[in-house]
Parts: sequence; C-alpha cells; structure tokens
Amino acid sequence: MRRSPESGARTAEPALEPLLVELARAGRGGGHVPDADASAVIPARFRRTVPLALPELVEQQVVRHFTHLAQLNYSVDTGFYPLGSCTMKYNPKVNDRAAALAGFADLHPLQPEADTQGALRLIWELERLLAGITGMAEISLQPAAGAHAEFTSLLMFKAFHAGRGEGARRRRIIVPNSAHGTNSSSAALCGYVVTTVPSDPRGNVDLAALRAALGDDVAGMMLTNPNTLGLFEEHLEAVMAAVHGCGGLMYGDGANMNALLGIARPGDLGFDVLHLNLHKTFSTPHGAGGPGAGPVCATPALAPYLPVPRVIRSEEGRFRLDSQRPQSVGRVRAGHGNFGVLVRAYTYIRQLGEEGLRATGEDAVLAANYLLSRLRPTFDVAFDRPCMHELVLTLAAQKSAGASALDVAKALIDEGFHPPTVYFPLSVPEAMMIEPTETEPKETLDAFADALLRIAALVRTDPAAVRAAPLSAPLARLDEVRAARNPALTWERASS
Amino acid sequence: MLAAVGVRTVDELLEVIPPHARRPSLDAPAGLSELEVAAEVVALASQDRPAGNGPFFLGAGSYRRYIPAAVPALAARSEFLTAYTPYQPEVSQGTLQAIWEYQSLIAELLAMEVANSSLYDGSTAVAEAAMLAARVTGRSRVVVSASVHPEHRAVLATYAKGPDLDVVEVADEAALLLAAPGAACLITQNPAFRGDIVDLRALAEAAHAAGALAIASVDPIACAVLEPPGACGVDVAIGDGQGLGIPLSFGGPSVGIMAVRADLVRQLPGRIVGATRDARGVRGFVNTLQTREQHIRREKATSNICTNEAVYAIHAAVYLSLLGPRGLAAVAARSALTAHRAAARLASIPGCAVTNAGPFLWEFTLRLPRAAAAVRDAVLAFGIVAGHPLTGDDPNELLVACTELTTDADIDALADALTRVLA
Repeated sequence: MRRSPESGARTAEPALEPLLVELARAGRGGGHVPDADASAVIPARFRRTVPLALPELVEQQVVRHFTHLAQLNYSVDTGFYPLGSCTMKYNPKVNDRAAALAGFADLHPLQPEADTQGALRLIWELERLLAGITGMAEISLQPAAGAHAEFTSLLMFKAFHAGRGEGARRRRIIVPNSAHGTNSSSAALCGYVVTTVPSDPRGNVDLAALRAALGDDVAGMMLTNPNTLGLFEEHLEAVMAAVHGCGGLMYGDGANMNALLGIARPGDLGFDVLHLNLHKTFSTPHGAGGPGAGPVCATPALAPYLPVPRVIRSEEGRFRLDSQRPQSVGRVRAGHGNFGVLVRAYTYIRQLGEEGLRATGEDAVLAANYLLSRLRPTFDVAFDRPCMHELVLTLAAQKSAGASALDVAKALIDEGFHPPTVYFPLSVPEAMMIEPTETEPKETLDAFADALLRIAALVRTDPAAVRAAPLSAPLARLDEVRAARNPALTWERASS
Repeated sequence: MLAAVGVRTVDELLEVIPPHARRPSLDAPAGLSELEVAAEVVALASQDRPAGNGPFFLGAGSYRRYIPAAVPALAARSEFLTAYTPYQPEVSQGTLQAIWEYQSLIAELLAMEVANSSLYDGSTAVAEAAMLAARVTGRSRVVVSASVHPEHRAVLATYAKGPDLDVVEVADEAALLLAAPGAACLITQNPAFRGDIVDLRALAEAAHAAGALAIASVDPIACAVLEPPGACGVDVAIGDGQGLGIPLSFGGPSVGIMAVRADLVRQLPGRIVGATRDARGVRGFVNTLQTREQHIRREKATSNICTNEAVYAIHAAVYLSLLGPRGLAAVAARSALTAHRAAARLASIPGCAVTNAGPFLWEFTLRLPRAAAAVRDAVLAFGIVAGHPLTGDDPNELLVACTELTTDADIDALADALTRVLA
C-alpha cells in the first residue's frame, strides 16, 4: 500500500492521496491560456460576485495527482476483470486511435452535411453491420447507453400500441425476476406498470407464471437472452408465442449479446426491438462507468418509431440526415449519439469480420463453460446446465461456513483479480456472476479458478481470514453506512 | 478446454438454441488486419472537414475550445478508461476520488451544494431535471423557454411522453416568468441559445413565488464570469460539460452536469460518490445514497440511468484543476472579448446587424440581408465556417460564436468573406 506521496500536502485525515484542495496554494498555476478580463463587456449586474474557489495548482501537481489516482484503479489493462453481465473484454487500442482522428474528434455536430460525409457514412455503415449481426431491419445509434435505449424502445412500444388504438389499454410490461434493475425502472419511467415473473427450476422464465400474467393489457415483455444467469431460454419460442399471442411486443435486452455473436440473431429468434451495449459486446472501453452507447434495433413494423434524425444515403451515394418520420418517438439525445463510441465499435467490427465475430461468440461461451467445469466440483452452481457466456454460482454453503459471497469477492482482490459481480441476479442467494469473455487465455482462466478454489478451501479452514480480506488493496473495506448516513459529497462537507 | 468441458465441439453447448436460428450468416465482410482497418478509418475521417481547418464560428451548444495537453494524457489513461463502474471500492479509489473531486469542482463552479457524478449530456439533463421537479412538486406542467437549445427541448418533449409531463414552450424569458403558477418548474438556459445573458435571479423569484423549481441549463465555463446559478437561487443547475476539455466528437460523448440544493440530494438521478473511511481509518470514497438507484429500487428509482459518462467527468476534473480560477475566467473572458470585437466588425458590414435583445457573452445573433443558410454555404467556399443558421421566424439570422481559439485574423477573414458574398 502506497500512502500519501512526497507532496507534503496536509491531509485532514490519513489518506492514500491528498485532495486537490489540500495540494493547492493561492496564486499557483496559469500558463495554459493568456490572462484576460471580461468586465468591459459584461454588465455589472450579471458578473460573478461569489468567490470562485477552485484549487490553484501547477501542472506538475495535477499530473502527479491524477497519475497517482489512476494507479489506485484496477482495470482491464491491468488484469482479469470477470464482472458478470458487463463483458469486460480487452479493448484494442486501434479503436481509440480511430476515435481520436481529427476528422472525427474535431468535428462539430452542426457542421454542414457536405463537411461531415465521413462521419455520416460511418454511422450508416455501422447500422448496416449491426443489422447483419442482429438480424434486425433498422437501427438508431442515438441512445447513449443501455438504459437510455430501454427507455427509447418502450416509448416505441407505447407509440406502436397507440397507433393501433390500444395505447390506453396496454399498460403493463412483463419483466423476469432475473432482469437488470434498469428494465423495471425504464418501464416505470415510461409510465408502465411492471409485472415481475419468476424463474423455473432450470433458470428459465416460468412459463405457467408468464401465461398467467399475460392479458390484453400487456404492452410487452423485456427479456435478456441469454439471461443474467448466463442461460439461454429453453422455452424461448413458447415465450415469444405467448407474448405475441396476446398482442404484446418482445423487447430484447442485448446486455448479453456477446454470447450470441455469430451463433444466433435476435431478429431470427422473434424479438421486435433489441438494444445493444456497444461498450460491452463491441469492445468500446467502459470508461470507469461510461460513456457507453445503446443502439436500438427494430423490425420493419417498429422501425417507423425509431428516434430522429436518421442517416440516409441518396442514390448518388451522399449521406444526409432525415427527420421527416412522422411516427418517430422523436429525439432522445442532442447531436448524433455518443459518436466517439460508435467509431470504436465500427473499427472493432471491421477488424473482426464475419469469422472473427463468430469466433468471439464461440470463445466467450467456451471460456465460461471451461470455468464452470473447473468450479462445479467445489461450488454450487445456481442452475447446473451448460451456460452461455457467463456462469452464476451460489455461495450459500460458503456463507453457512462463515464467509459470504462478498467476502469471497474481497479475497479475490488479494489473489490479484477484480471480483465478479456479486448479489446479482437478485433471484439467486449469495450470487456470484462470472463472465470471463473471449479475450483471456486459458492460463488466466486457470489462475482465476485456482484462486477461487484456494479461497473455498480457506473458507472451510479459516473463514475469518476470508472475512478480513482484502489486505493487499490500496484500502481495506470501506464504511458504506457512514457514507450514506452522513453524506460528504464535496470538499466542504468532507473536512467538517 | 473442450475436453475439460466434456464436449467435442462448441456446437454441443449450443443445442438449446432453436435449430433454424443457429449459426446464421451475418452478412459481414471479412476481417481486416490492424494496418488495414487503420487505413480504412483514416480514409473515412478524411471525408470530414475538422473544425480546426480554418476560421470557425459555429457554436450553438458545442464549442471548439483549447484542450490542454495534460487533459487527455491523464484522463484517458487506461486505468481510468478500461475500468467500469466502481462496484469494488477497494480497487477503484482512483475513479472514486476523481469523480468526487469532479462533483466538488462542479458544485464550486456553479455555487450549488451537491452535484451528481454525471448524466449522458446536456439534453438529457434537461429531461432529468424536469422529471425531478415533477417528483418534488407533485405537478406535471413543465415550462421551458425558447432560450433553451432546440435539440434539448426536443429531447424534453420526447421524454415527457414517458411520465406524461405537460411541456409548455414559451417564446421568451418574460413569458416564462408569467407561466409559473401551477408549474412544476421553469427551465431556462444561460447564456441563451441565441447568446443573450439571462437574469437567473428573476427566474428563481418567479418560480419560488409559485412553488415551482427554478431550473437553469448553464455553460460551466460561463459560470467563471457570470453570476452562477447557485448564487441566483436556482434549485437545479444543469448543463453540458463538453467545453471542459472534451473533444467535439460530432456531438458526443460529453458529460451531462446536474447540481442541486442540498435538500434535493435524495431526488438526484444517477450515481453520487461520497467520502468515508476504511476499516483502518483511512479516507476513502464509495458510491453512496444508492437507495435512489435502479439496481436497488428498480421501478421506484429516481432514474433508470446506470452507465453514465464517468471518464468525461474525469476529463472535466483534470481540465478545471489545470486551469484553476484564473485560467477558467481567462477562457471565458477571452471568448467574450473576441466575440464583442467580432460583433462590432460584422455589424459594420452593410445590411448586417446584431439582433440580440440585451447583452450577450461569447455568441451573438447576426441578421443578414439574405437567407443565413445560403450565406453560410457561400462563405464555406472560402474555407470559413460562419456559424449556425437559425431556423426560427427569421431565416436571415446566423448564430456566431467565438472562443479563446478565435483570432483577430479569423474575424478579418469572416468579415472579408461576408462582405464579398453579400456584395
């Protein structure tokens, strides 16, 4: 553990790294832009009167501060990051270089179309590539993230039903109990009532419960497939038939699309609308929490409702924006979406090509099943059948022995790994959800499995040692109750 | 690996997939080497004209600003770029402290008490702010001024169809203040889309007299020289942080800013980082107040947002740390001084006039003797991007922006080109 470095800054309490305000001294800094004073052109009544107490630092201090902070992070570029349902695959560096090209990075969203043909073409081409990968007809790249895409898609459902005179009646959305929390909150944001359906003993949607929940007041169902248990729905065709049979629409949450690349296309499986997470499946870096991008893919029947503007190609091969779509739900973000993310995804897909995409899906499934084969003899598996791209363990036995899923996760930090997702899905007690992705070699998978097995053995002999983890991380476990009870959300409150 | 799994081929693991859908053609071209794909994207990018290729006066919500070299060097470090949401705080302190410092810097700049860790962008921040106001007041009528960016108003109109908000658009600030009774909130933008400086104190007074929230979408750099929203009584300050060291990137990604009064913190959408201590008493940071969020509250969450724009919040934090108060005020002042020189020069061209109703900051509305879109296109032939043709009642209006990168030579070039085009 590396404590406060050489800065000599006074920290209000023991700390890994001083705060910017603790490093600052009045009068420091400057040199990035020439000084100027605007008082001649801003009337006095509009001028800032309250102090602007931003920290004053020289560049070297800022560089060391943020470099030290970066070094406190675990990342894909520093090690194995098997965070379930997040697809933390390696991100090729050429993607970042592409996004930084002046023709993309230094392009204004309102420049005339004559000056943005390359960017518009990239959007159009990426839509075509994603249509081929998903089997969907038309795509909007405007939504900025998966949850944004969910909201957009449900607005499309609403508009579709309203167009058939059923808008007032169809007020419910069906969501499985294994779904991401965003599904329920997106549906609620859209004014829908959420009906949750349970899983059956094999980890599928419980068909009987689903049929009982359906009716002519159902707008649709949100289904993640493979689901958050890493399992492909065994009764998918029956689920589709039941929902479509009552006039509902099927929404595909594409968070787990990595499992299906080249293996199956949601469009062929019967989904009406699907979203993708480019930051997951298509290898755009997750950015410590974002940005992502959440393309919405639609069948021909739902495509008229996609957000505007759309990019279209003229017969002469010119690209332009089209907002003349009267049935569109409208705009969901300014500009053209998270374009820098789109450039990275385009670059990634072009590099892989048809065979590379298929190999990605196959290798992701094989890696997860290999880990499953190594862990199954020691750990209980939530639903024991071949998985797709991720597996879910249930650590209830370890919990009884004295170390919870959280404790085991923290012990993995001491083994040099980022922990998997824990306590999700909510339907599995002491859940641990592991997604290795296709970009890790067998040696890494073995090292990770060995570490988990060592920890399992330690749970049996010395659970207190597991509960004490992590010992090698920059910090020990943090007091989250203190943070929530007495929120210190800015500098002023932190030092008080 | 196949043997350990107990299968001969991967296909044996995929039998659950309906046979008709298995192993489809993706209609994708063959893969490329890195060298080939690099050449392909360079060819695509070369079909665009970067903003830096000549005098550039286009703003309208996105600004070509100077990005200090240290901003991408630090914020795009791969330890930030290739991590995800800090679910494991012990190994994510870099992200968490950087975001917490972003929250602190934004709160200071906007003179607000609390900021969240980011929203998608300025447009969705408008919609999230309106929904926050509807929750707090129990009212559904949202009044928004034409001062707000038209694309942001369009996004608000789309979002409103979800929770069924009643969005009322009014033509100017005077009409906005009069529409307060019964409203959940009044929303304006400072500087306005047309460049005018807006009186946020009047906004807050009118809103509060009617029990509504005052919401201001602000340019964070303008807050260095204009009275910030928190000092004017604004309840919810929002904005787009693109100017804070983030490339234009054809409009995204950037970072959506949201900051509120302390008593509204539990209504904030999205992630919030808080300070705490670890088991050994060392200061540390965690995601906090999570009972507002979708992964805990599901359909009762304050918002559905999960993935946000964290790495661009870190860009903003680095930018603000480098510039400090003096540097940030200099960026704003230099932009404003240059814009006023440009306005005087362009207004002296026969047939041209600046039509802002009151004082403006670094962007102004220039009325031309002919349709602005055609003039913009004609000036483009000189290698100059003249601004944004407004699409309101008057097709002859052009929105012209200056930043700290605009030079007097740029102004001369635009004035000369306009003079020739209009002659």
